[in-house]
Amino acid sequence: MDFFISLFSDPVGFWNSHTLLISQIGINGIVATSMFLVLYSGQLSLAAPGFMAIGAYTSVLMDLYLHTPLFLNVVVGVLLAGVVGVLVGLPVLRLRGVFLAIATIGFIEALRLGVVLNLPVTGEGLGLKNPNADPLGGVPIILVSLVVVLFIVWRLTKGRLGSAWSAIRQDEIAALSQGIYVARYKMIAFVLGALIASYAGALEAHLNFFVDPGDNQYGVTRAVQILTFAVLGGSGYVLGPVVGASLVTLFPYIFSSAGDYINVITGIFLIAVIVFRPQGIVGRGGFAIVRPAWWPRARLSAPSPG
Amino acid sequence: MDQQIVNAIFIGSIYALFAVGYTLVFGILDILNLAHSAVFMLGAAITYSVVVNHGQSFAVAAVIGLVASGFMGLVIEYVCLRPLRRRQAPPIAALISTIGLALVIVAAVEQGQVGSLFSWLWVDGSNSLAFPAGTVPDPTWHVGDLTLEASKVLIIPISIALMLILGYVMRFTQVGRGLRAVAENPRAARLMGLDVDRMITLTLVISSALGGLAGILFGLSLGDISPYIGRDNVEVRGLAVIVLGGMGSIPGAVIGGYLLGLIEILALVTLGSNARGGVAFAALFLMLVLRPQGLFGTRLRERL
Repeated sequence: MDFFISLFSDPVGFWNSHTLLISQIGINGIVATSMFLVLYSGQLSLAAPGFMAIGAYTSVLMDLYLHTPLFLNVVVGVLLAGVVGVLVGLPVLRLRGVFLAIATIGFIEALRLGVVLNLPVTGEGLGLKNPNADPLGGVPIILVSLVVVLFIVWRLTKGRLGSAWSAIRQDEIAALSQGIYVARYKMIAFVLGALIASYAGALEAHLNFFVDPGDNQYGVTRAVQILTFAVLGGSGYVLGPVVGASLVTLFPYIFSSAGDYINVITGIFLIAVIVFRPQGIVGRGGFAIVRPAWWPRARLSAPSPG
Repeated sequence: MDQQIVNAIFIGSIYALFAVGYTLVFGILDILNLAHSAVFMLGAAITYSVVVNHGQSFAVAAVIGLVASGFMGLVIEYVCLRPLRRRQAPPIAALISTIGLALVIVAAVEQGQVGSLFSWLWVDGSNSLAFPAGTVPDPTWHVGDLTLEASKVLIIPISIALMLILGYVMRFTQVGRGLRAVAENPRAARLMGLDVDRMITLTLVISSALGGLAGILFGLSLGDISPYIGRDNVEVRGLAVIVLGGMGSIPGAVIGGYLLGLIEILALVTLGSNARGGVAFAALFLMLVLRPQGLFGTRLRERL
């Protein structure tokens, strides 16, 4: 509770003492938005951590060996991830549903275990030192980026592209029969998601003195976590995944009294949301929840005779 | 090299046993049960805990571990799947709710320390442990230049026998016929008078018990029991196995398990230990791209 009291009683102190937390929320928000974009076009792709790894490693390596400015590093990382996104998307986007999810898991783990952990230049399993990191100075850039990314994605979903994605999400074959170029629009969503995710990855690498190739960072665990952001927050609205990301990132602080049992609480919360509030926290229906089977139905009583 | 191939068969048996449960649920419900790897871990952890902390014999412990894993199948069904099925939620919802359950199970075991809430379940936190020597008689044979340990060799007949029994049940008995009917078309099965909910519960109990058994055998033969064995060893490899063999196909999962064991060991021998994981996932990726129905899958179901 101290956490929230300090948020309201001493915002400046809160900002100063929780800078890293705020930037992590921002990063997770950006990644969650990339997941939103992919889900919005009806594809269950878990490739985001792979693209984050590409963005992170490219920008840090350029900084280490070429000493180029941060801006250029991030741009190159993002573009490289876009190219990889096209190359991976071409064969993979023919798959649907769970098969797409498994194929993208194959991609991120092959990238992490097969490439990153085997190349001498990426530091293999030891990770990569990043002496020029700036853990505290990145907050403004990150928060501005989050807002810009949200705005762009929101505009996209409202336009032609968004209508096409909605149609594909609801029924791919019907969309195809209406003359929507399904393959192209899926590819656009996938590559845009890759660009956003790699941007978040490059920013995140800039915050840490160490690029860690662990499972929690660029592996399946991270992919599942990002999916959790989107589904928990609600993947119907742009803001949903960001709310989910903030909530999940803040969980250890909100339930600080749970201490070490935080993951138990997180898991139960996740099940509860998916069972009782399937559209996510931000979604249609105000605060309505699904009535559980054991909960008694509201009795409609006949008006009493006057 | 010969020894490596023998090892590949051992580890392949465990993969196959684990993946059979995975693929059974996918074949019948069309959902991925991501809590399966947590149940795998739970089976090993409970067995270890009953042997070491509660001082029972291994046979008793293994039975308790199996029953507990089967019970987790009930939990998965009643907590994670049935409420969603009732309102016909998309498969992604079941994916998330089983992830939530997996999170709870792993966190509960991970936090098991002396004096904590879960100390009856596990007391070693996130340490990696092996069964104390002599828990089960474990003679070692030398054939040529091969070293064969009984605990590893026994895995092969156990898994093959179980998979044969499962195959027999699925193909020739009334229960198996019911399960296949539910897999084919739940609504038609219900109209034919089948209790679909009960069939699905049965599937999950069988699948989870097999997963738990795979965990027990894994812990026994590899001497590595920790809250993370499910996540690190079989969670994603299990996916690779069922994709290699064809999603939902039981013989496919068996062959896929041995195939993955072989691929991994070959990568280990030819490319070094770092390449092992990467090669498995590259195989998974290529398989899905080139032949998404797997080696033995018939076709991908198109829903119109």
